[in-house]
Amino acid sequence: MINGADIMVKCLEAEGVSVVFGYPGAAICPFYDSLYDSSIRHILVRQEQNAAHAANGYARASGKPGVCVATSGPGATNLITGIATAYTDSIPMVAITGQVRSDLLGRDVFQEADITGACEPFVKHSYLVSKTEDLPRVFKEAFHIASTGRPGPVLIDIPIDIQQNEIKEFVYPQTVDIIGYKPNTKGHQVQIKRAIELIKSSTRPVIVAGGGVLSSGSKLKLVEFAKKTGIPVVSTMMGIGVMPSDHELYLGMLGTHGKATANRALHEADLVIVCGARLGDRAVAAPDQMSSKSTIIHIDIDPAEIGKNVKTTIPIVGDMKNVVNKLLEEIGEYHISNAWGETLKRWKQELYRVPPTFDGFVEPRAFISKLSSMLPSKAILVADVGQNQIWCANNFKIKEGRFLTTGGMGTMGYSVPAAVGAKIARPTREVMAVCGDGSFQMNMNELGTIVQNNISVKIIIMRNTRLGMVRELQDKLYDHRHSATILDTKPDFLKIAEAYDIPCAMASSNEEAEKYAEQMLKTDGPFILVCNVYPDTPSI
Amino acid sequence: MQQYTLYILVENQAGVLSKISGLFSRRGYNIDSLAVGVTNDPKVSRITVVANGDEYVVEQIEKQLNKLIPVIKVKRLVEGEFVSRELCLIKVHSSAAKRFEIIKIAELMQAKVVDVANTTVTLEYCETVEKISTLLELLKPYGIREIVRTGTIAIEKGVSESSK
Ligand SMILES: Cc1ncc(C[n+]2csc(CCOP(=O)(O)OP(=O)(O)O)c2C)c(N)n1
Ligand SMILES: [Mg+2]
Repeated sequence: MINGADIMVKCLEAEGVSVVFGYPGAAICPFYDSLYDSSIRHILVRQEQNAAHAANGYARASGKPGVCVATSGPGATNLITGIATAYTDSIPMVAITGQVRSDLLGRDVFQEADITGACEPFVKHSYLVSKTEDLPRVFKEAFHIASTGRPGPVLIDIPIDIQQNEIKEFVYPQTVDIIGYKPNTKGHQVQIKRAIELIKSSTRPVIVAGGGVLSSGSKLKLVEFAKKTGIPVVSTMMGIGVMPSDHELYLGMLGTHGKATANRALHEADLVIVCGARLGDRAVAAPDQMSSKSTIIHIDIDPAEIGKNVKTTIPIVGDMKNVVNKLLEEIGEYHISNAWGETLKRWKQELYRVPPTFDGFVEPRAFISKLSSMLPSKAILVADVGQNQIWCANNFKIKEGRFLTTGGMGTMGYSVPAAVGAKIARPTREVMAVCGDGSFQMNMNELGTIVQNNISVKIIIMRNTRLGMVRELQDKLYDHRHSATILDTKPDFLKIAEAYDIPCAMASSNEEAEKYAEQMLKTDGPFILVCNVYPDTPSI
Repeated sequence: MQQYTLYILVENQAGVLSKISGLFSRRGYNIDSLAVGVTNDPKVSRITVVANGDEYVVEQIEKQLNKLIPVIKVKRLVEGEFVSRELCLIKVHSSAAKRFEIIKIAELMQAKVVDVANTTVTLEYCETVEKISTLLELLKPYGIREIVRTGTIAIEKGVSESSK
């Protein structure tokens, strides 16, 4: 005989899960008791939202679904923001929640919350398990759904009696068969042929690369395609890292907060090849304008994204890897005319400008740029939300590493827990969280997790004593009325670091920041670098 | 804005209906009616939805529904190529003097009288939405006390993909 909780652990083992992020409580205790005897590592976070963000960072850095665990009621509801973030950013995740006894469901007993109901809009799928026998199938399906097609979070809500009940034996299914879920990965051959014709007849093509290129693992193939054809590449925020920042064909991030060259290229293009991007409003503010001027090829694993935000000439539904491989095969020896490339090169030079510095402050854009050159080429930078995110997006010179941020949901407080997850997935890589003073204060409780588990993440706090991005918006649209965007100069972040025994430093000039960054990178273990930033520094 | 009818085949599991109706309300799609029942395969239910919107909205609805894991198939029915019916029960106010008139209307429209009481007549009517509206118009002057409708169900004419 084997009980449900043991089965849950065995399912995770069968899926090759080596670490879970979570927070216990009564309704999930049977599972925690079984986990105690397992080789699976459990990272105790300091708030459930961060378990989801850490699982998110883990998933993005490892390419495998991240797993987070919480108890029923408040534990489960605390997960929601993290689940919603993973959903919007298409991150594979399995969230496990304890639930009250199944015979008490619906009676509003202590710590009962309808979490499958509450998460309905934010999950790829969810299960409220009603029989212990169902657990193996549910886990198998959950991991399959989370990690195939367009990745996303799957929630498994398990009443405590289902965890306690015993069944005869544990058998993990080898295959899944969900009749309503068969993602189309191939890419339609005829559409691909048509796309090739369009590419060959265009004079000013541009590739827009999104997060889908990274999550499908087709980055190198796409770069190969761009190089072979000479087609320039711009990326969305989620797509940063598809190409090294200094590659001559890469024009930077597009959008409201993006690079002028990238936006200009998109504006002037006669053909846009959208790869694994949904072209949200932050990437393309006026998609109608774009589709009226240029032809659009849209490649995505999710058919619902094609035609949703921008009118498409040729839709190609499929896994980016398969489609790009086919494009490479079919295109043969083709290179676009040089005129377009030369124009873009010229724009790139024209538009470069050095930001002004202020005495007594770190210029964040110049510092991020400098920091990039000090980092190993495979470093992972996790940016939070706000101006700090834009400074990083536009100035982190990525090489072979990763740039992780929440481009879709924009959840403040993401960077520190996500960096924890990324570091656990990639212990040999340098992992850095860059956050604002506002966002750091949202999840700084995770310093506890970092210290307890000696997780060597480096944290850079851009201290402008403002909710800078909103403050900037108020300057532009609300007549400089800084309603609720001025942060106190407290807390003293150095004292906070000290309280956790984390080495730290505070910089008030770029020279200092560089000096401390060097010290930070030499430090074995976590480090906090506080950069004082001039409050009126713009985002771009 | 146009009205359209689509059917959705779903795996018969807990919460499916709320997933589907939730999707409509969340994304701001308007539903005129929704009817559910099990199919010849007891593991599969069929939902008929009548909704309205422009071409963009309809296409989005189909795609978003298809993304739901328990959804097996979504199909938009083509005008003229399907038969649709709705069942309704209508309780009409009726004095003894008017009873005969109401029953006459029912006969003309081929509605069935299912209950007669001192002050009411209840009719059963299974027809297209248009015919139901006509009957309701005719009955209005007598005073309609209560209406219960099932929502439209629809099936394609002849042999279709789902009947093969
Ligand atoms: C959870 C959450 N709450 C509110 C917001 C709205 N918001 C976006 S940016 C921002 C300011 C962020 O301030 P800070 O972290 O100090 O970064 P800065 O812009 O100053 O670099 C706010 C409040 C958000 N994105 N996420
Ligand atoms: Mg700030």
